[in-house]
Amino acid sequence: MRGWTFLLLAVLVAGAVYAAAAAVNNGYVFFAGYVVLQYVVLATAWNLLGGYTGYVNFGIAGFFALAAYTTVALEKLAPLPLPVVILAGGAISGLLGLGMGYLTLRLRGVFFSIATLAMAVVAQTFVVNWNFVGGSAGAFVIRPQFTAWLRIDYIHYLFLLMLGLCVIALATARLIERSRLGDGFAAIRDDELAAEAAGVPTLRLKLIATALSGAFMGMAGAPLPYYVTYLDPPSAFSLSYAVNTIAMPLIGGTAAWPGPLIGALLLATLQQLVTVTISSAVNLLIVGLMLVGFIIIAPRGIIGWFGIGAGLVRKGKRR
Amino acid sequence: MYLSLGLFGNAIVSGLLLGGFYAAVTIGISISFGMLDIANIAHPGFIVLGSYGAWYANSRFGVDPLIASVVLMPAFYLLGAGIYQLYYHAFERRGDASLRGLAFFFGLLFITEVGLILVFGVDYRLVRAPYIGPSLYLGALEFPLRLLVPFLASLAMVGLLWLYLSRSFTGRAILAVAQDAEALRIMGANPQRIKRIAFALSIATTSLAGAILIVIQPVEPSIGRDYIGRVFAIAVLGGLGSFAGTVVAAILLGIMESLTATFYGPSWSPAIAFGFLLLALAVKPSGMFGR
Amino acid sequence: MNPPLLDVSGLGKRFGGFVALEAIDLRVTEGERIGLIGPNGSGKSTLVNCLSGTLRNETGQVRFAGRLLDGMAAHQRTRLGLARSFQLPRPFRSLTVAENLQIPIEYVVHARGEGRVDVPARCAELLGLVGLAGRGEELPAGLTQVEMRKLELARAMAAEPRLLIADEAMAGLSHQEVDDILALLLALNDRGVTIIMIEHIMRAVMGFSQRLVVLVAGRKIADGNPEEVIRNPEVERAYLGE
Repeated sequence: MRGWTFLLLAVLVAGAVYAAAAAVNNGYVFFAGYVVLQYVVLATAWNLLGGYTGYVNFGIAGFFALAAYTTVALEKLAPLPLPVVILAGGAISGLLGLGMGYLTLRLRGVFFSIATLAMAVVAQTFVVNWNFVGGSAGAFVIRPQFTAWLRIDYIHYLFLLMLGLCVIALATARLIERSRLGDGFAAIRDDELAAEAAGVPTLRLKLIATALSGAFMGMAGAPLPYYVTYLDPPSAFSLSYAVNTIAMPLIGGTAAWPGPLIGALLLATLQQLVTVTISSAVNLLIVGLMLVGFIIIAPRGIIGWFGIGAGLVRKGKRR
Repeated sequence: MYLSLGLFGNAIVSGLLLGGFYAAVTIGISISFGMLDIANIAHPGFIVLGSYGAWYANSRFGVDPLIASVVLMPAFYLLGAGIYQLYYHAFERRGDASLRGLAFFFGLLFITEVGLILVFGVDYRLVRAPYIGPSLYLGALEFPLRLLVPFLASLAMVGLLWLYLSRSFTGRAILAVAQDAEALRIMGANPQRIKRIAFALSIATTSLAGAILIVIQPVEPSIGRDYIGRVFAIAVLGGLGSFAGTVVAAILLGIMESLTATFYGPSWSPAIAFGFLLLALAVKPSGMFGR
Repeated sequence: MNPPLLDVSGLGKRFGGFVALEAIDLRVTEGERIGLIGPNGSGKSTLVNCLSGTLRNETGQVRFAGRLLDGMAAHQRTRLGLARSFQLPRPFRSLTVAENLQIPIEYVVHARGEGRVDVPARCAELLGLVGLAGRGEELPAGLTQVEMRKLELARAMAAEPRLLIADEAMAGLSHQEVDDILALLLALNDRGVTIIMIEHIMRAVMGFSQRLVVLVAGRKIADGNPEEVIRNPEVERAYLGE
């Protein structure tokens, strides 16, 4: 399938999803659906770096929340259209990824992972001490009832934007898999020293991956303040973002784009149901146990059961 | 002038004592990450588990938290041995320790945290002991016993571990496996068994480190995360696996944090640890091709 | 007179207090076949790593095709035409055999901007050359140790180097397999590729090299005609005295 065909198909599917949600015409569908879609973007973004190059980013909450707080700051400074705000948040988090990568990617991968883990703590410290965006007390954001230009409910609008981000993120992931860049990423993941010797500019490729991955995480986080209307550091930097975002690709499979998509749809939907019926702590425990269980028992994830990532994707990929 | 000098002196003293505590929380990482090359990012989670063990024994039976933690050490040792066994079979043996191994320990960190929340709730817990409260004075310098006793306990643990590693047969085998697992196999020792013992020891230290933590400050389940940056910064800057280096780096970070907290406010101290970590990574000369 | 293809002068490398290489001078002319020998720990691998950019030399200079290589990353050196194979094969394990060759074709040959090659045809040609014809769709895990060495060589050749450093490509191979690889390297040299061969198998080194360079304890102790070098008393002492 060509890139444009895929994009067209993805847009059609997204349109069908929106139409179906609108047909149900129940506010909860959009509220819950937004979270599921947000995780599709986060899981796909994480996998660009983690799944393709093998570098594990634990600082998801940092990238995600920094963009959310960029939105809060922008709202106070100069109200801009939300799509522009999303791009701004993506740019900030992309730069954060680039900076993190530049400082730690010359070292062994495990040092990068530890640094990202610490980075999330520091980003939170920074926001707690930043009174302009509410500091530790948090910030209220007013969600308009309707959008000015589309004349739809604002929650529908947020849902629609997140749906668009899903399409862009998935199309990007698929494009990378089928390009020279994706081959270079795979070489890095398998053996960095040999990749260098085979002419792959490993540092540059890793920086591209961290920046892209960070940017998509930021874009997923930028609309958050309008969704929750009240944002404080403990909820914005919640560890559950990191755990979910890592668990989803690892459960779905990291080798190809359907993995994070399947993992996110499955796990996020399950959580929406469990949170409603049981409790959020239990639901996070389930995710943690599933994560550990899957990486031990099914290292190639759900798509591995169907042979994706081992043969099917590769077959279609040769140029 | 005298006041700020006194403030400075006391900040140094409490930093020194805090550093002793940091040595206790890091020494396990120096063994698991520094010697065995196992990036156990769940280590701080086990420390919080140790805190809850000490808290439970203290609040339920009135046992001294530090003594209780020493009694609980064998249980932590067994837990560590079990985790290594799982890790070995699932990742190390398959040569797939990087991505999935890290995610495995991340999952463990998370499971301990959420498990503690489900059992004990999110409230802060604290312990009672005669040395919490009073202080010794040396001129204008104040030595709070709440910090001094953990400092001594920590140094005692590090010292005993060092003696064990340098004097006993198994200890020396652990040091050897850190250098070269293949050479050890030729000598007739089983590296997997040696590594299991070493990893179990590293987890056993979290029992006492956790008790020290809850003596120093109240503890809630997610507090372990604040220590991830710290322990790895100290372990790396201390020269991965060197006990003396670990203690020096721990005291250095303790003093830096204490000075920051005194003069800028405590809410900034986690950022110090991160700066320290980046410094540690930048200074580390061997880069990506060395260890 | 043409300048040498590779010009190493005063190269030195230490690990902590240990001197791994000291003041190495080496000139290699285009088209030469050089054997590099020395006891274990003499610094052969360190020299290869310094030349290919895996390690940084502390003193001295490396020039390749007139360009100063110091501070240049390994992938840039590969693009300039200096390729190496690894002593222990390091295939990309999640990629098929053919895809392993595709990486240097995409990142070296295409990156040079001298037009694109037909990737599948080129992969098939390389695999045929090293005796792995028809194995392109397999994963490296299914190859034997010998086949992995062949893949390692093929991947280095896929970068179309001007200078190929073959780091113990024949260790552990049978008599016949050594001859196969030797023939392959000779054929490559026939097409103009300069080759530095690091090898313990003296039969192979003597049969291949036009010039022999001997490293002992981080120093170059001999450099010249193989027949003469091998009878050099210092070389004999280094090999037999230990």
